[in-house]
Amino acid sequence: MAVEWYLVLSALLFATGAAGVLLRRSPLVVLLCLELMLNAGNLALIAFARSTGTQDGHIFALVVMVVAACEVVVGLGLIVAMFRRRLPLNVDELRGLRG
Amino acid sequence: MEEVVFFAGAIGALGGAIAVVALRNPFYSVLALVVHLVALAGLFLTLHAEFIAAAQVVVYAGAVMVLYVFVAAYVGGVEEPEWEPITGQRFLAPILAAALFVELSIAILGTGLKAIGDEGPTIPFGFGSPEAIGTLMLERFLIAFEAASILLLIAAVGAVVLAARKLPGTSPDAHTPGEAGEVGG
Repeated sequence: MAVEWYLVLSALLFATGAAGVLLRRSPLVVLLCLELMLNAGNLALIAFARSTGTQDGHIFALVVMVVAACEVVVGLGLIVAMFRRRLPLNVDELRGLRG
Repeated sequence: MEEVVFFAGAIGALGGAIAVVALRNPFYSVLALVVHLVALAGLFLTLHAEFIAAAQVVVYAGAVMVLYVFVAAYVGGVEEPEWEPITGQRFLAPILAAALFVELSIAILGTGLKAIGDEGPTIPFGFGSPEAIGTLMLERFLIAFEAASILLLIAAVGAVVLAARKLPGTSPDAHTPGEAGEVGG
């Protein structure tokens, strides 16, 4: 398979994730859609690693996985803290910082 | 053969992604993301990234998704109201995503990627194996490896600080009246 197939699939997955971030209100689902976008980036990195025959892209993908895991841990910690404080779990209502 | 695996994986990954966005219940969204991640691991296998595929299934579809399932079960179903802060957001968002996809596709297909050739170069034996990745990670990319470990440590401490219960004796965090009402003003 040519590398463009993988890259177009990666772009499609990224666009799906972006649509989810824009559409959904629950912070949990917004985090899931961020995962979709990070994984689309991973797919592009691995495809480029295959097409250039080097393994640097694999290391990059692993580091992206680590960053995604950290983001999940902190994000889910925030969601649990919000739930404990009876804050609304809706990203449109949590706009105290918007002024 | 590779085409069959690619299209099966692509359909699985895309179906999982769309299900994550479309399903109303966050719990089902998490399960759809597991399908997406496993399909993506299959695609990584066709790209000879065996170690990344294994890490994807074990770390992502295993550990991270268990965390998501726990939080989704703890928080419970969140009903999303019909109220839209921006009029027509429900229609504008997919249009924006479609525009993003078209733009990315033009950028990808407009470059000279075809010059690389269809299959890519012949890869050495052991490409993408744990041995090769480990050697690379502990020699050329040692700084990135150490930075990743420090980042993981910071995230773990941060999660404990964020989600920890207050000690008994201090005021309980959940019963301050009017606290929830102040948000969103």
